[in-house]
Amino acid sequence: MNFTRIALATAVLALSSAAANAIDISGAGATFPYPIYAKWADAYKKETGSGLNYQSIGSGGGIKQIKAKTVTFGATDAPLPGKELDESGLAQFPMVMGAIVPVVNLDGVKPGELTLDGPTVAKIYLGEVKSWDDPAIAKLNPNTKLPKQAIVPVRRSDGSGTTYNFAYYLADVNPDWKSKVGVSTAVQWPVGIGAKGNEGVANNVANTKGAIGYVEYAYAKQNKLTHTKMVNKAGKTVEPSSASFQAAAANADWNSQPGYGVILANQPGDQSWPMTAATWILLYKKPADVPATAEALKFFAWSYAKGDKMAEDLDYVPMPDKVVNDIQKMWSSEIKDAGGKPLFSPTN
Amino acid sequence: MDSGGRDVTDMTLRSTSVTAAEAASRSAVLKRLRLTDVVFHGLTRAAAMAVLVLLSGVIVALVIGAAPALGTFGFSFLFDESWNPVTERFGALAPIYGTLITSAIAMLIAVPVGLMIAFFLTELCPMVLRRPIGIAIELLAGIPSIIYGIWGLFIFAPFVQKYIQPPLIDTFANVPVLNSLFAGPPYGIGMATAGMILAIMVLPFVTSISRDVFDAVPPVLKEAAYGVGCTTWEVFRNVVLPFTRVGVIGGFMLGLGRALGETMAVTFVIGNAHHVSASLFAPGTTISASIANEFTEAVGDLYTSSLVALGLILFFITFIVLAIARYMLLRLQQRAG
Repeated sequence: MNFTRIALATAVLALSSAAANAIDISGAGATFPYPIYAKWADAYKKETGSGLNYQSIGSGGGIKQIKAKTVTFGATDAPLPGKELDESGLAQFPMVMGAIVPVVNLDGVKPGELTLDGPTVAKIYLGEVKSWDDPAIAKLNPNTKLPKQAIVPVRRSDGSGTTYNFAYYLADVNPDWKSKVGVSTAVQWPVGIGAKGNEGVANNVANTKGAIGYVEYAYAKQNKLTHTKMVNKAGKTVEPSSASFQAAAANADWNSQPGYGVILANQPGDQSWPMTAATWILLYKKPADVPATAEALKFFAWSYAKGDKMAEDLDYVPMPDKVVNDIQKMWSSEIKDAGGKPLFSPTN
Repeated sequence: MDSGGRDVTDMTLRSTSVTAAEAASRSAVLKRLRLTDVVFHGLTRAAAMAVLVLLSGVIVALVIGAAPALGTFGFSFLFDESWNPVTERFGALAPIYGTLITSAIAMLIAVPVGLMIAFFLTELCPMVLRRPIGIAIELLAGIPSIIYGIWGLFIFAPFVQKYIQPPLIDTFANVPVLNSLFAGPPYGIGMATAGMILAIMVLPFVTSISRDVFDAVPPVLKEAAYGVGCTTWEVFRNVVLPFTRVGVIGGFMLGLGRALGETMAVTFVIGNAHHVSASLFAPGTTISASIANEFTEAVGDLYTSSLVALGLILFFITFIVLAIARYMLLRLQQRAG
C-alpha cells in the first residue's frame, strides 16, 4: 500500500516536471519568416524539448489570432501602429529581416541579368508599362535583348505583409502609386493576376511567359526563379544578397517608430537592397497564459543568441545585437504576469 | 391443442377461438408496432426539420455577417466594381460577373458535349467501349477539385497561353464584338480558362444523368421512329430529348450548381482580379474564389463583412437558379400534360 502510494507520487512528480520542462508554444501569422521559424523551432526542440507550433496563415491572420488569444504569439510583416498596440495591450518587436525580390519569366533572360528600378516596377503594376520592350525597361538594360512580349504582373490575391512592404516601396518611389493605389496588406490592383501566397506567386510566374512577380527571396531561390537586380535610392544597381540586405538594415533607426515598426524599404546607402523588410512578433504584455509566454520569450532569446547562422543560411538577416539588447530590456520592463513580476530577465 | 397443427380446419378454429391471454399479447404487439412507427415517423420528421433549421441558420448567420457591408454600401454594393481594401470601398459587381460568365462558359461547353457523349453511349456505342467510357466519365467526377486547379495552372494555362489565345486574338482582331471578347494580352490565366476547367468538372454530372435518362426511353418509341425512316439525329432531337427533358434539365442544373460554387480549381486559374472586362481572356474573380482568397487575411470589419455579403449573394444566385429550374420543369410538365 505504502509502496504504491510512493510510486504514484513519483509518477505524478515525474509527469509534472516533464510538463514544466517542455511547454509547447503556439504561434500564427506571417508566411514570410515561416522557413526560419520552422528551422529555429526544430533546433530549439532538439536542445530543450520545447516545441513550437507555428501556423503560417498570413500576417492578417496572425493579428486576428493573437487578438482572439488563441495563440501565444502572433507574427506579422506589417507592423501595427503604436495606437493599436496600446489599445490591445500588445508588445511588438522585430524578429528577423529578409528581402522581397522581383522575379520574371522571360525566355533567354538569366537570373540577375535584368535590371529594374522602383519607378518602373510601379509603372508595370500600374499598367502603364505593358510590354517588355518598353523604353523604360530598355533604358535600364542596354545590353539585354528584350522581347516584344506582354508583361503579366503577378501579385498576391490574399492579404499579405509581403504586399504591404512591396506597396510601401512603390508608394515611396512613385507618387501615382501613393495617390491611386496606396499601401496596405491588400490593395486594389489596377492590373495583373492574383495568386495565393508566396508559393502561388512563384508558381504563377514560373508557368506564365512574360510574367513578373514579387516574392520573398527564399522562395525565389528555392524555386530557381529568375530574380532581377534593382536600382536603389543611391542610384546604384544592386544584386539581392545577404550583403545588400544587411546594408539596408544597418542604416535603420529602430527607435523611431513605436513597437520598432520601421519599414526598411528604400533605405539609403550604396549597397542597400531597396526591398528589405523586417518581420515582427506580437505578444501580450499581461498574458493570460504566463508559462507559455515565458517559454516563447525564452525561445526568441535563444533564436537571437544562437539562430544567426541558421538565418543567414536561409538568406535572412539577423537582428543587430544592439537592437536585440534593446528589445530584451523592453521585455523585462514591460511583459509581466498578473502580480507584476517580469517574465524575462536578460541574464538567464 | 397442437396435436393436429397442420390441419387447415384446425387453424381456422384456432384463429377464431381467441383466449384472453392471446388477445392481450396481440394488442401488446400491436401497441409496440404502433410505437415503433410513431418513433420512426418522429425521427424522419426531425431529420427533415434539421435541414430547415440548418438552412435558416446559415441564412441568418450570413445576413447578420453581411449587415455592416450592406448597411454601408446599400444596393450600390451589387453594382460597384471597386474592391479597395485601402479606402474600404467594396462592391460585388466583379465577383458576380465572373461567377456568371465562367459558369456560362462551362455550361455552353459541357451541355452539348455531355449530351452527345450520353447519346453516343446509350445508342451508338459498340458494347465493348460502353463500359470503359462510362467508367472514365465517372472517374472524371471523382477527381478532387484541387487536382483540377493544379493541372489547370501547370499544364492547361500555359497551353492556352501558347496555343489557344494568340490565334484567337489574331483571328478576331478586326471583327467587331469578337475582338473585344477575345482581346489580349494572352495571360493564359483568366475567365475563359476558368470556364473551360469548370466545363471539364461539370461534364460528368451532365453526362451521367443524361445517360441514365436516355436509357429510360422506351425502346418501342425509338424503334417506331427508326421504323418510319427517322435519321439518328431526328430520333435524338424529336424522340429522346423531348421524352427526357425533365431529367436533362435536372442534370444541367446540378452541373450549374457545381459550376457556380466551385472554388479551388477556379481560384488557381482565374487570376483573382476584381475587374469587369469584356475580354474573356482577362483575369477576373468569382464569388467563391474571392472569399477563399481573402477571408483569412481580411483586416477590418467592413472588409470581412463585404466577403460575407458576397457569400449571401452566391446563396441568392443559387436559390434563383434552382427556382428557375423548378419553374421550367413545371411549365414543361404542364405543356406535356
